Amino acid sequence: MNAESRSRAPIFPHQHLLGIDVLSPQDISALLDLADKYVELNREIEKKQSLLRGRTQINLFFEASTRTQSSFELAGKRLGADVMNMSVTSSSIKKGETVLDTAMTLNAMHPDLLIVRHHAAGAVELLSQKVNCAVVNAGDGSHEHPTQALLDALTIRRRKGRLEGLIVAICGDILHSRVARSNILLLQAMGARVRIIAPSTLLPSAADRLGVEVFTNMADGLEDCDIVMMLRLQLERMNGSFVPSTREYFHMFGLDEEKLARAKPDALVMHPGPMNRGIEIDSLVADGLRSVIYEQVEMGVAVRMAVLDALSRNLPGGGNAP
Amino acid sequence: MTPTLTQPAAGQRMVLHNARLLDPAAGRDETGGVLVEDGTIADIGGHITGDTGAGHANAIDCGGKLVIPGLVDMRVFTGEPGHEHRETLASASEAAAAGGVTTFCCMPDTEPVIDDIALVDFIRRRARDTALVRVHPMAALTKGLRGEEMTEFGLLKEAGAVAVTDGRNCVANARVLRRAMAYARDCGVLVVQHTEEPDLAEGGVMNEGEVSMRLGLSGIPSAAEVMMLERDIRLVELTGARYHAAHISCLASLNRIRRAKEKGLPVTCGVSINHVALNENDIGPYRTFFKVSPPLRGEDDRRAMVEGLADGSIDVIVSDHDPQDPDTKRRPFTEAAFGANGLETLLPAALSLVHNEEMPLARLIETVTSAPARLLGLEGGTLAPGKPADIVLIDPHTPWIVTPGELRSRSKNTPFEDRQFEGRVELTIVAGRIVYRGDEAG
Repeated sequence: MNAESRSRAPIFPHQHLLGIDVLSPQDISALLDLADKYVELNREIEKKQSLLRGRTQINLFFEASTRTQSSFELAGKRLGADVMNMSVTSSSIKKGETVLDTAMTLNAMHPDLLIVRHHAAGAVELLSQKVNCAVVNAGDGSHEHPTQALLDALTIRRRKGRLEGLIVAICGDILHSRVARSNILLLQAMGARVRIIAPSTLLPSAADRLGVEVFTNMADGLEDCDIVMMLRLQLERMNGSFVPSTREYFHMFGLDEEKLARAKPDALVMHPGPMNRGIEIDSLVADGLRSVIYEQVEMGVAVRMAVLDALSRNLPGGGNAP
Repeated sequence: MTPTLTQPAAGQRMVLHNARLLDPAAGRDETGGVLVEDGTIADIGGHITGDTGAGHANAIDCGGKLVIPGLVDMRVFTGEPGHEHRETLASASEAAAAGGVTTFCCMPDTEPVIDDIALVDFIRRRARDTALVRVHPMAALTKGLRGEEMTEFGLLKEAGAVAVTDGRNCVANARVLRRAMAYARDCGVLVVQHTEEPDLAEGGVMNEGEVSMRLGLSGIPSAAEVMMLERDIRLVELTGARYHAAHISCLASLNRIRRAKEKGLPVTCGVSINHVALNENDIGPYRTFFKVSPPLRGEDDRRAMVEGLADGSIDVIVSDHDPQDPDTKRRPFTEAAFGANGLETLLPAALSLVHNEEMPLARLIETVTSAPARLLGLEGGTLAPGKPADIVLIDPHTPWIVTPGELRSRSKNTPFEDRQFEGRVELTIVAGRIVYRGDEAG
């Protein structure tokens, strides 16, 4: 397959990808369809494209990340962009430079694509108002992480052939999770039935307003599920602050074979990584036959290539519509 | 040094005639005029007409528009001393004059904190020398606003502090507040409290609920306000102190205030204009100008605030004027400072309640004039003969759009940007002197 031979007609009616909340089902499907093609490309020996040749992509990470940053880096490079990684450590934030200062500084370097992760909800949107390039939200605080939701959807769709009508259980730290928020929005938009499972300390107080089924008992929540999505529990939220201990959390909410038996026999197990083995997920399950955790990583690169492709078509000089 | 602006204008006479005189404290609502002499109101009523004004250098035909007492605002933050780039007493007073506010209380949250008689004296002198309107400091309730040791209530009161409060901070330690209240009762000092349980509110940046959940922002539950108010009311029962909740924001707090008043406790409360004119949905896409403390609540709570004002359960509306500059506001929502500009928009925003038929005009005016004056023990807030000539002329129907750049405050963080208001101040008089004249005023 040759991506360059495809029409470069616009397929995505947004300048940025800031969150799932503003996307229509058509937008989501268009990105997933495009990503499907990149999955195939990535499995070939010759992976390099020249679609983004001459484009500059800056990965601006205010929060440390290995997987997401390398996934975006690889996606950009495979499409031929010049990719620069910029990690803004907390120490340089303390020097007084604000997120807007950083945005204006980078904007002056004329990037075409800016991939941003920030620890504050809304920070990426704020930044996007100040730059001329396309901005991708790579995670903003507890708000959204749209490419994660897209890659999860791609993984599910390729395995199950659809999203509509599936029962998806999202388990763990819903309160602080941008992954959960984006996934809930996307899955609901695509017609899946979403459940969330967590102790009440890790649920938003208005969880009942999300339009999802809420469970505080893992076994009940997993009953007849098609998909089990586990979330990472951050270290600082263990040991007495939100849950009493890691062993109690594993006992009550850790995904093991016994709890998973309540889900459908062909249920898939997912995790955005990095995993805390023995805390939210048992190794037997993480490495088991139903786990698609590494497939998610593969889909991640393809989805991000699709996002970069789609957004670049809307940049000046980006569209080659016939 | 500029002349002392708020001292009575001796030897001057002024007549405002052909006005709708509205003075809720005196039960007055009639067409007539006001005669001002030596900075005080000499006469008022239907008998004062253009003829009374004939021959006076300063006769103003009000064209049938509304004349009310100057507004009294119980909660204003300035940056003086310490953060003059945000606001000085002078710039705040210009904003106040343009907004029809002729008296305001400045909060002790400055650098240094107003917790000492020398600083109360400093504020009063600076205000006397630079401000266009009357400024009364509230002093800190505890030293350094740390919530640990009470300040010198007796001396501070004698120096001119009209109340004690820890401003943005809540005195969380019940033992400290109990003793402070007991002592304040002896001194006859009003205790003003920002009611918020700090541990429960910690890290929160907006109201806890569906909107905060969707935005991924940490919430502050209204329970944090209510439980502190409930505790404070218990301490009022224990000590008998005069207590004022600075600005409540939710129905549960309102109901608690109602019960306290039914019991005859010396408890009063205010609400900020933000909480009667806005709700949490206005935050939209992380607009930090709507980040205020207490946080904006839901529409049900907003409506409850309006009802509480109308039925007298809530005593006063305050601007909660809190100037912030771009350095503190142009940031991600979580990192931005709390606070909204408000002096100049207080009256127009409040008038929208009347235009929306949510509240009668006379009651609204009472909540921003005579009610706060009475709570603070000040003379103003009414147009009765012998009282200070602090007078505002407004056209309640002039449409205008709020343009932040045109605000007189040094900071432009108004949540009412681009809002269309109906009603604007045309003339503001303090102690018989015209301190503000709008474009269309005669």
